[in-house]
This record gives sequence, C-alpha cells and structure tokens, in this order.
Amino acid sequence: MTIDAEPLLRVRDLRVSFQLDEGTVRAVDGVSFDVFPRQVVGIVGESGCGKSVTMRAVLQLIDPPGRITGGEITYRQNGRPIDLARVSPRSRQMRDLRGAEVALIPQEPMAAFSPVHTVGAQIIEAIMLHERLGRGEARARTVELFRDVGISMAEQRVDAYSWQLSGGLRQRAMIAMALSCRPRLLIADEPTTAIDVTTQAQILALLRELQQKYDTAIIFITHDLGVIAQMANYVVVMYLGRVMEEGPVDEIFHAPKHPYTRALLRSIPSLQTETRAALPVIAGTLPHPFNRPPGCPFHPRCEDIRRGYCDVAVPALHALGPRRAVSCFLHSDAAEPA
Amino acid sequence: MTAPLIDVRGLRKFFPIAKGMLGRITGHVRAVDDVSFSVQEGETLGLVGESGCGKTTTARCILRAIDPTDGQVLYRTSGGKIVDLAPMSPAELAPFRKEIQMIFQDPFGSLNPRMTLFDNVGEPLLVNGMRNRRERMDRVAELLRLVGLRPEFMHRFPHAFSGGQRQRIGIARALATSPRLVVADEPVSALDVSVQAQVLNLLLELQARLRLTFLFVAHDLSVVRHICDRVAVMYVGRLVELAPTDAVFSRPRHPYTAALMRAVPVPDPRVSGADGILKGEVPSPASPPSGCYFHPRCTLAQERCQREAPALQEVTPGHFARCHFAAELDLAMR
Repeated sequence: MTIDAEPLLRVRDLRVSFQLDEGTVRAVDGVSFDVFPRQVVGIVGESGCGKSVTMRAVLQLIDPPGRITGGEITYRQNGRPIDLARVSPRSRQMRDLRGAEVALIPQEPMAAFSPVHTVGAQIIEAIMLHERLGRGEARARTVELFRDVGISMAEQRVDAYSWQLSGGLRQRAMIAMALSCRPRLLIADEPTTAIDVTTQAQILALLRELQQKYDTAIIFITHDLGVIAQMANYVVVMYLGRVMEEGPVDEIFHAPKHPYTRALLRSIPSLQTETRAALPVIAGTLPHPFNRPPGCPFHPRCEDIRRGYCDVAVPALHALGPRRAVSCFLHSDAAEPA
Repeated sequence: MTAPLIDVRGLRKFFPIAKGMLGRITGHVRAVDDVSFSVQEGETLGLVGESGCGKTTTARCILRAIDPTDGQVLYRTSGGKIVDLAPMSPAELAPFRKEIQMIFQDPFGSLNPRMTLFDNVGEPLLVNGMRNRRERMDRVAELLRLVGLRPEFMHRFPHAFSGGQRQRIGIARALATSPRLVVADEPVSALDVSVQAQVLNLLLELQARLRLTFLFVAHDLSVVRHICDRVAVMYVGRLVELAPTDAVFSRPRHPYTAALMRAVPVPDPRVSGADGILKGEVPSPASPPSGCYFHPRCTLAQERCQREAPALQEVTPGHFARCHFAAELDLAMR
C-alpha cells in the first residue's frame, strides 16, 4: 500500500480532562498519532483508556465538564491544515466538517437512530444539510447507499424505522449514514461490539470493501485484538489516557515492544489455545481514574518494572523508526518534562 | 457411571404470538424445540449460538425462571434421587432453588446499587433461612475471599467497583448457597480482555475447588474453547451439534459450527479471516425454513436439505450432529 507523505489527521500531545467535584480526571494525557489517507488505524485499549474520548475530541464533541486542555489536532482539508483543537465546537466550520469530512459510526446503533423518524429520513436530512441536493436526489443516493452496504429491498427499507430492523441491518444503515456525504475520514467506535460473531464478520468484510471503494481513511476503535488484527494497517495501543506503543499491525502482533502490549496479547483466549488451562493474566486491576499512579501509568502492573525510573517519571513516546514509537523506559530514557 | 447431574429431555418452549385487540393467538415462536442433553457432575457444558437461537431460553427453563412448554428436566438430588424439575410447582421447587444458581451477563445491572456487598451477597442466605447477622457476615467474608476480594469491602456499594470486580461479586452471590449447578449466562462478554482472563481463571479454579457443574451460555467460541469440556451448538431453537470441545474444534461435523468458528476474528494479522463468511440472517423461529433450518445459508446445501429435516445423529462416539452429510463432510479448521 502506498502511504501519502502528508497525514490526513495529525494529533500531537492531545490532553482532555474532566473537572468533577471529586477531582480532575485526565482522560487523555498526551496522545500523539497520525492517520494517512486510505489507511486503517486501529486504536486498542481497555475501558477507561481514553480511546473514545480521543475520538470525540477530534470531532469536538466533548461535553462539559470535559475540556480539551492542550495539544493539536491538525486535519488537512483540501491540502490546507486546520487545527481542530482551536476551532469552536459550535462554529460553522466545525459543523460543516462533521459528517461531511469526518463521520462517526457510533457504538450503539439502536441509540444512535431516532426511533420516531424513518432511517431514510435521517440520512436524507444529513445529505441535504451538507450538499445542495433536492429531496428526490438525496433519497436516490440513500437507496443507492443501502444497496452498497448490502441491505436487501433497499427501496422499502429506506422507509423503515430503526426498531423494525435487526441488529445487523441497523449497523449497516448506520454505516450508510456515515458514508452518505463521502467523508475522507471515518471514525468507527466499537462498531461490532454489540452484535453476533457471524454478523460481525459480515460488517467487517463490508467495511473493508467500502474502504477500498470510497477511498476513506478509517480510525477503528475496539478492545478486541482479533478485530484489530483483521482490520488495521497501523495500531495505537492506549492505557490510562496515554499511548503505550504504536506501529504497523504486523510489528505490534509479532514484535511488541511494550510490556503492556505483550501482556495483553498473552491474555486473549483464542481458538488455538489449550482447553481448560489457566490463561496468563495481567496482575492487579486498572487504577481508578482519580488515583493515577505516579510515573508510567502501567508500572504497578508491569512485570519488567525498573524501580527508580518507572515509578518516578513518565516515559515519553519515543520514536524507534519513522512509523514506530513506544513509551517505556526499557527502550529509551526519554521522560516527559516533570 | 452415575446418572448425570442434569438431564434435559425433549425440552420445548413456545411463546404465543397474539394479534389484534382480542389477543387471538395466531402462531408460536418455537424458541426451544426438542432439545436434549445432559451434564455430568463437575463438568462444564458450553451452550453456543447466535442471538435468538434459544440458548438463554433453554438455560432459563432449567433454572425454572420460566415454565417449559414440554419436556423433562431431570435433576439428580444430593441424596441420589432423580426428580423432574419441569412440572414442579413453586413450593415443590423451593428445596432445589438453592442448589441451582445463576451468574448474569451484565455486572452493572445485576447488582442492586442501593445495597451494600453484604446485602447483595447475603440476600440469598437470608432468604434461605440464615437469620443470624453475625453468621451471615462470616459467610459473606468467606465468599468474598473465595472470589479474590477483600472482606473489608463488604460495607461498600457496588458503584465503587470496576466491571471485573462486580462480576466477582456476582459470582460470590451465586455461590452463597453452595450450589451444585451454576448457570453462567455470558459471564465474561461485558468485560475487557485482561479482566476476562482473570474471571475465566477464577471460574476454573472455583470449579476445581468446589466441584461445581457449569452450564456456560456464550456466543464467543474462543472463550468456550477455553473453559468447556463439551459444547452444544444451537440454531433456531434446535441443537445442531453436541460433542467434546476438542472434537468440535478439530473437526466440526455441522457446517453451521464450522461457519461460527470461521467468523471469530483471528488475533494475528498474518492469518486472513476474510474467506467463508456466513451470508444472510438467522431465520425467525416463528416461521423457520423447510427441511434443514440451516439450508438457506449453507454453502454445502443440496436438494435433499430443502426437503428433509435431518435428525441428530451420533457420528462418532459422543459426537452428535444434525446434518444429512455429517459423516462425509470434512470441515477441518485452518
């Protein structure tokens, strides 16, 4: 695959925090990564690692008490870079961008569609909002999109309500909606978490096919390493709001550098594992967001901890190559400024 | 050999479909249709299938959370007597309730947020006649230690705990009455990978220590492979395959089982999982297709499959499959 020299999206040192009565939660704490055109970037991590908040920040959808407190989100629109972190969430510019340039496939398709409007009406509305098309043309495009995403009887299904569709069809309709304005960047937030494996396989195959056809870049958020291995070209591993490691998918799975990535890969049961043997686990539990450990966020659970380093300073994300980085004192002494 | 702990024979559960103002019954959803299997003491049987296949309904019939339409649920009591739970009245069931317990899927919805851990875990003890508070506290402390939680947590509320910890609390509650059979309905599907491994290990360890028998309802085959001795695969209310775990995974005999296995994404980018994806959707159990229920989606279907419903046949000893071609098909995995 050819990679364009300029990234479509460039996130640098992004910070998002939530100011709550009990204290401040640093949900995203210095995240950096690039998304190149036509690339599928997988963001993987456990609940609370900040993967969804990072994506909401890109779309400027962080609700108070959350706030972007630092960093840059550079999106390249027609060759011109814009820093989305500086654009007001309610501005014309941001509204024109959402849905048209950057679209989201949310996690729960049931909650994402309005139950009192037909799915077609909601997609037609989105198209007419962003493009100068009449209702008839917008409807024709919606029907065409439904066929593209593999919904049979597209003409009739356009007039269905979301609750009349099965889980798989609803997720297909959601993908049709996300693609309706031909976005250049698609953010899929756990799009297959709530559905069966067989339907998941269909949806993943569909996304791969559409990605080729529409030439979009995809950011794929999931906690399922199997899905990441099958979908992504490039992987970002997150833990407690920080990037632990990033690199091409094959290197993440076959030459992981960070102890967290290695532990995560060991702990997944697969169809190849031995029956009824104990799985290797990551010791301890995910710290509560109010009690972030000092130093590297993973150090209390890490097997390879270097005392005096890992529990004192925060390792910086250190580049190992042009598209490979890790934040761990086993690989570099580079630390975040205190 | 001793009789199995639980022996399900010809289990059926039909839900009526009512239409119009008068609620005329116009048909039935055959959610569970003639399902038979048994579970030996100390064994784990996995019940798998897509949503709507009837696996949860089967589990609920065994628990007698709902009343089966037909069939027997034979249970071997601790005294060695065989009783049929299916037709029993609530009063007759009462002595057996504490011996068959359940672990739920959602660790957030299944615990009462207004009750402390002591009340959540201790409730089954109170219901079963343990009136003394001191005694209950000792038992709850013991249960919390058993599932790897600190007994001091007893007076906290569920909101203070993570998903994995809550699932441990749910397990402690299920074990409170020292059950013999535990029905676990997707107990790890709502958990993160690293936490999932911890809870699976805990279940294996508890089973060895307490000689528990598990009926493990799940849709994730990699988890099932990991924890179950035998696997039962359901499709549209019927069993399509039943066999020891290793046999199912090394050589599935039903094309549906093979398709389910292929659908699991492989956590290795060098292995492509794109081939052989199951097309279409699960048919409605209110109007299933003719012949073999799987034929409209089966890539190997022949003319006979449309016409004739296959019976569940024993292909090799202990390996059952509901397919006309079960003996011939070579569905070995990648």
